[in-house]
Amino acid sequence: DGSDDNEEGSAAENEETAKGTDKGKKRATPRTRRAPARGRDRHGDEEDEDDEDGKRRTGHRRHRSRRRGRAAGNEASDSDMEPAKARKNQANQKSKEDDEEEEDEKGGKSGKGKSEKKGDKKSDKKGKKEKANKKKKDKKKSGSGSDSESEEEPITEEELAKLKEEVEEKKKLIATLRNKPWKMKKKLSVLKEAQLFVEKFEGALGKGKGKKFYAYKVMMTKKWMKFQRDFENFKTACIPWEMKIKEIESHFGSSVASYFIFLRWMYGINMILFGLTFGLVMVPEALMGKPYGSLPRKTVPRAEEATAMNFATLWDFSGFAQYSVLFYGYYNNQRTIGWLKFRMPLSYFLVGVGSIGYSFMIVTRTMAKNANDDGGGDDTSFNFSWKMFTSWDYLIGNPETADNKFASITTSFKEAIVEEQESRKEENIHLTRFLRVLANFLALCTLAGSGYLIFFVVRRSQQFALEGLENYGWWERNEVNTVMSLLGMFCPTLFDVISSLENYHPRIALRWQLGRIFALFLGNLYTFIIALMDEINLKARYFLPFTLEEEKIVKYNMTIWEASLYNGTIPENSTAPPIQVDPADVPRGPCWETMVGQEFVRLTVSDMMTTYITILIGDFLRAVFVRFFNYCWCWDLEYGFPSYSEFDISGNVLGLIFNQGMIWMGSFYAPCLPAINVFRLHTSMYLQCWAVMCCNVPQERVFKASRSNNFYMAMLLFILFLSTLPAVYTIVSIPPSFDCGPFSGKTRMFEVISETLEHDFPSWFGKVFGYASNPGLILPFILLMVLSIYYLNATSKSYKEANLELKKKLQ
Amino acid sequence: AEGSGAMGGSASLIPQDLLGEYQELTFLSKQEILLAYKRFSELLPKEERENACAARVPKSQILTLPELRANPFQHRICHVFSTSETGDDSMSFEDFLDMLSVFSDSATTDIKSHYAFRIFDFDNDGILDRRDLEKLVNCLTGQGEESRLSSAEMEQLIQNILEESDIDKDGTINLSEFQHVVSRSPDFARCGGLQR
Repeated sequence: DGSDDNEEGSAAENEETAKGTDKGKKRATPRTRRAPARGRDRHGDEEDEDDEDGKRRTGHRRHRSRRRGRAAGNEASDSDMEPAKARKNQANQKSKEDDEEEEDEKGGKSGKGKSEKKGDKKSDKKGKKEKANKKKKDKKKSGSGSDSESEEEPITEEELAKLKEEVEEKKKLIATLRNKPWKMKKKLSVLKEAQLFVEKFEGALGKGKGKKFYAYKVMMTKKWMKFQRDFENFKTACIPWEMKIKEIESHFGSSVASYFIFLRWMYGINMILFGLTFGLVMVPEALMGKPYGSLPRKTVPRAEEATAMNFATLWDFSGFAQYSVLFYGYYNNQRTIGWLKFRMPLSYFLVGVGSIGYSFMIVTRTMAKNANDDGGGDDTSFNFSWKMFTSWDYLIGNPETADNKFASITTSFKEAIVEEQESRKEENIHLTRFLRVLANFLALCTLAGSGYLIFFVVRRSQQFALEGLENYGWWERNEVNTVMSLLGMFCPTLFDVISSLENYHPRIALRWQLGRIFALFLGNLYTFIIALMDEINLKARYFLPFTLEEEKIVKYNMTIWEASLYNGTIPENSTAPPIQVDPADVPRGPCWETMVGQEFVRLTVSDMMTTYITILIGDFLRAVFVRFFNYCWCWDLEYGFPSYSEFDISGNVLGLIFNQGMIWMGSFYAPCLPAINVFRLHTSMYLQCWAVMCCNVPQERVFKASRSNNFYMAMLLFILFLSTLPAVYTIVSIPPSFDCGPFSGKTRMFEVISETLEHDFPSWFGKVFGYASNPGLILPFILLMVLSIYYLNATSKSYKEANLELKKKLQ
Repeated sequence: AEGSGAMGGSASLIPQDLLGEYQELTFLSKQEILLAYKRFSELLPKEERENACAARVPKSQILTLPELRANPFQHRICHVFSTSETGDDSMSFEDFLDMLSVFSDSATTDIKSHYAFRIFDFDNDGILDRRDLEKLVNCLTGQGEESRLSSAEMEQLIQNILEESDIDKDGTINLSEFQHVVSRSPDFARCGGLQR
């Protein structure tokens, strides 16, 4: 390519230089240099001609000095120029292609703006157009006659506009320069030219009306672009753990690294959730709410005081941990707190709803972005070509991984060939079918079994709680969490064994595996929730007829105390000053929200412990064992049985997703959950990065991560949806505890909204809201949304069909 | 693998305006350019390191980079990006930057596919014919004897590929056909990225 263009360029050059020198002789005025400058335009694209740059620069400098003198052509020549210019403009338009070929637009006379032609000569077409345009220009030049004293002429609107257009094109060229497949030297020279041109003529454009404003605008744009570039650089520098992940990518390929990228993304989401709960819920209460010990709900009851500071109690999140900003029960139901009049209950409610809303939004946005990147791909049309051209993972920097990658590429080629060549003859269809049905049945049994086990264990733990936890050892106290974690560890292996019965293609087998693990985790989580809810409902049903009684009883007890301090009769409407009763002594009502929050926190902590211990034992100790005992063992440990472990991507990703589901479910009741999760993810990142590099080996089948991304996102979205259901249910239908939390005293939690509307907004707002929440308005709105979903779905289907049609036409 | 990220020293060795221009002309950020400069100068012998911008690194040195060491297309990559007049495939710093820019995450598929085509074009004739495709497959399947495809499998494979990608049915794949096939692949955009 290069040689062709050079040739053309030089031909053009010669032509132009000849004409240029002619013109130069014709005009023995200060404007002489215009023509040679024009001749020099052609040199713009040459790669190694530094002297060209020099000449051009001097040309530019002279341009500037000329313009300072306000070059102006005489009217006659200008009017001559107009039609020529118009023609030239048209030529310009035609020649504008993707590569932004620049034309010399301003003809010789005016000299107000010399646009330099910076066409790139990569294609023949462009070169020819250059020649054609040059000829037109030359004609114009010769036709124009005398030089004009164009420096002194005011720039007309039209010329100004043309000049602006030129400058814009140059700027566009600069912006797209990095996208051109040229060598760096060439790009550098083109860039310098274009930049000089833009610099020069942006000044010129400033003449005429609004010059100062234009110059200011230009300067601001430049500053803005510089700021943007610096900001991009800063943003890239801010991304944490980038080095670590790149290192892992180079050793293990992009699929393992995709897990860590996912982890990092989750960390980002959790940071934001943490920011919301910490900044808007925990900090205001800690700073502006009533301090510890001032209210009954904020104090450890007398009975528990003795053990409140023990490590065991704190680890269990009771004692002082329970009666703090970490849990729901601590918050007071005062409408406003502190001098800022901060609306605590409203803030609590909105943060809860807002975190869920934010999570939905960001997950959907990421899914949409991934779907976009996929390009709406259809899998099948370029199977072999893609395998050929895109299967190499350029991120692999490690010979061992590269060997594995070679092997897997070969296998995939062979598999694809075989699949293409013959349709698999199903030997003994019936046996395969029977085996598959059997496998599914076994999987279902496993799922049911694990669900029942969890239900049973939760029930038992509630019984233990009733009888008092002091009587039981560590196992009984942590039974639920341990059982859930263990199930999560062993059942997937069981599924793996079952799937060997099925004899599917590995890709399909992987999907079945993932689906089963997903069902397992989901079933476990929901059984857990149901058991908890059952428990709460049981208590509520049992106590509800008595709850009001209990309330009365508690209040009665309180008044009796007060009375006992007065030594008088029980005053009904006492106006006596409130006696200072130590809050620790006041009898308490039940607080199921804190209990639920505690359960979730304990679950998260035990999950975290299980993961870390699994990594340490399952990966690290195993690797140490294999490495050091290999010398004195009968068979080769490294190739044989234990060997080094591979990094289980799908297991880890699913674990991450479900952990996040638990956070979403529990953060309404325990504002400390996002904080705990941030800590967990942070340490997880370091621990797993270290473990992967130290103990794991690259996988046998090294496959790329791309397709699975949206699958994991879809699961995350599903989990998010399912996690928010319990919280929404409790907000809407279960009355909050009367003695603890920011909503105590209300019949339903969402009443805080109506309360706020009453008190804090002007009355017309309340009226409007009242009208808006009228079912007569909401139903049509829902109908409208359903219709628009249907419409968008139909349009997208039609686009897909149009796409297919076009593809067929291409074939 | 070094990844120390210390850019302080090297920042003074690339003039500021040149740095700005490199940022304009490549898809790399400032930190990446400085890191590239550091990696590049480490490939040079000590006495040449001061003037790394103008030096050329021989091909054997370039191939010691971990990213290229394991890459089956290492020789082609060096050849395509090298601007050496003597044809020894040595690379200057600007060639190196070009290479990194094309392989970076932010490069567009257009430029990636353009260069991929040139890399795969083993005989430099501007089209991918059967021999190029055969060499390509052999590169991908590694060096071992047992991992290579038999000639029947190779024949079948190339036949399938040409069926899929050769639109004008001339038995070869040219640049636009290649770009057409590859731009639809979801995996293509993730090719490459030099380890920091």
